Amino acid sequence: MVKLAEWRGKEVFGKYGVPLPRGHVARSAEEAESLVRSGTVPLPCVIKAQVLAGGRGKGGAVRFADTPEEARESARAILGLDFKGEKVREVLLEEKLSISRELYLSLTLDRALRLPILILSSQGGVEIEAVDDSQIERISIHPFAGLTGYEERRAAEVLGLSGTLAKALAQLLRSLWRAFVDEDAELLEVNPLAVVGDGLVALDAKVIIEDDAAFRHPEYAEIRDDRTPLEEIAREKDIAFVQLDGNIGVIANGAGLTMATLDVLQELGGRPGIFLDLGGTDDPKKVTEAFLLMSQATPKVVFLNIFGGVTRCDTVARGLVEAMRQVPESQRFPIVARIRGNNEAEGTEILRSAGITSVPSLKDSAQAAVDRSREAP
Amino acid sequence: MTVLVDSDTRVVVQGITGHQGTVHAVQMKAFGTHVVAGVTPGKGGTEVEGVPVFNSVREAVDRTHANASCIFVPAPGAKDALLEAVDAGIRLAVIVTEHIPFHDMLTMYHYARSQGTRIIGPNCPGIAAPGKSKVGIIPNIVFRPGRVGVISRSGTLTYEIVNGIKEHGLGQSTCIGLGGDPVVGTSFVDALPMFEKDPETDLLVLVGEIGGTAEEDAAEYIAHHFSKPVVAYIAGRSAPPGKRMGHAGAIITRGKGTAATKAAALEAAGANVARFPYEIPDMVAEKLAVTGHR
Repeated sequence: MVKLAEWRGKEVFGKYGVPLPRGHVARSAEEAESLVRSGTVPLPCVIKAQVLAGGRGKGGAVRFADTPEEARESARAILGLDFKGEKVREVLLEEKLSISRELYLSLTLDRALRLPILILSSQGGVEIEAVDDSQIERISIHPFAGLTGYEERRAAEVLGLSGTLAKALAQLLRSLWRAFVDEDAELLEVNPLAVVGDGLVALDAKVIIEDDAAFRHPEYAEIRDDRTPLEEIAREKDIAFVQLDGNIGVIANGAGLTMATLDVLQELGGRPGIFLDLGGTDDPKKVTEAFLLMSQATPKVVFLNIFGGVTRCDTVARGLVEAMRQVPESQRFPIVARIRGNNEAEGTEILRSAGITSVPSLKDSAQAAVDRSREAP
Repeated sequence: MTVLVDSDTRVVVQGITGHQGTVHAVQMKAFGTHVVAGVTPGKGGTEVEGVPVFNSVREAVDRTHANASCIFVPAPGAKDALLEAVDAGIRLAVIVTEHIPFHDMLTMYHYARSQGTRIIGPNCPGIAAPGKSKVGIIPNIVFRPGRVGVISRSGTLTYEIVNGIKEHGLGQSTCIGLGGDPVVGTSFVDALPMFEKDPETDLLVLVGEIGGTAEEDAAEYIAHHFSKPVVAYIAGRSAPPGKRMGHAGAIITRGKGTAATKAAALEAAGANVARFPYEIPDMVAEKLAVTGHR
């Protein structure tokens, strides 16, 4: 998923006509000051850290300014922050509005219903998780019919909006629905949606774009989410790679088998740290690349657990042997292998001749990996 | 007919001239499936491994009476491929293709449903009934005809578990890999009634994953409408919250859809929940012995 920073999310909103506060992003204190001086951002204004984590208000990542100097100093303070592990590199400056009510609104997918769902609450401005279920309305939208008039009227009723405000809501919902579909969004969230005079304004924007739609959205290609550098390399090679705290590297194929492997290792007292899912492959080069990637993460031991379906065991074995040839002596790590399924005998033999024994039982092989991970270096 | 496929199933492979399409057309034939046609627009009139290739599904159906499709068409063209199959009268479509945007899948699911076509997948290993037919990519070597049904959201883990059942000396009636994407054509709840009705299935193995609420919904159905014994396994007990574990379905969000909530719901519904995949065959054998089968 591609999570957009607030200002990028608002760019998307703006493209579809969602009303927004006047504002601009800045990457330095000086830039923040000049945005205010030039009148691009009117005073008084609010300055917000552009980070993906929530709780910015309480965490000191949102400040207010009445003068260009204050805007500069607030921006400087926020740009130096390390907010929940995320370094603040951008701030959004926006006009401060006079708000009479804060509402909640989001569009996402209901997997069980297999329908998009519009979630509404008159209790905006707080985390939706904290709002009582009785205060939350869910309206599912059929993709063929789109958003209908009666659904718009129902939304206005739930939010307590009438007259001009109800019309503004209908307009805004139509804009968001178009954005949801056309941008291939997983989530569009407006919290709070503010009542300002006789209009509505999206004060915040949370936008998540679906990765799988990347082929028709090159515009999001450069935006990364919270991947580590190694995770990013893996992504480019179409290998699912997750890096966490632990010393056992796991290479498996398929998300389910990878997860089951971690479950077993953890249950046996091991600490799986790096997971690498080869997916379905019959290319030994991809296997080699996976192992080379793994070697950069310096695991204590690597557990290779493959069930060959599309993937052939001999392919995996060849890729592994080639990787071992390429990894420098100093970066080598012990390998515990279990390769089952398609061409198992051939793969096992290739590994044997390279000095690696494949243990057929998942339990025994996982135990061996855990034991190796506990040995003194 | 057992569950969805049998020896009358006649398969058209959409995307047969691609690498995966060709490989698996051959494997399906080796399994005993009637692979009657392939479709790749622009390659009509050719042949792949003895299977005639047509330019359109309509033509393939007219000429070969295909009644099921196995779709390997890459994600950008997958929606069109499915809609074409539905319009040509195909009533079972297995979509192997991965990375289909869920917005496309929403259209595909609701359109297929409106026309009476069942989708398995996407991003799934497909369906196999040993001794009868296979539509999809589950490796042939893991099967042996028998009376254990299997439904799963996983791919490789399904092979592992089905193979474990075989190595234990048991066999399978029908195995369906539903796929783990956010929007699937057939969910556990959709598949359960078919296994309940299937006279060739004595026991069902359900393999779930963290993320979503499909297993909780299945538990609800099992508690009220499913009379056969169920052995379940949920992958991802040790998964860190919020981290993506390979595909879109496997995300833990907001304390729901965890391995613990799923296991608890299934146990409350009367299922036996294995802690590890390798415990499943013993549990299956034991349950079959208790219920007098086998």
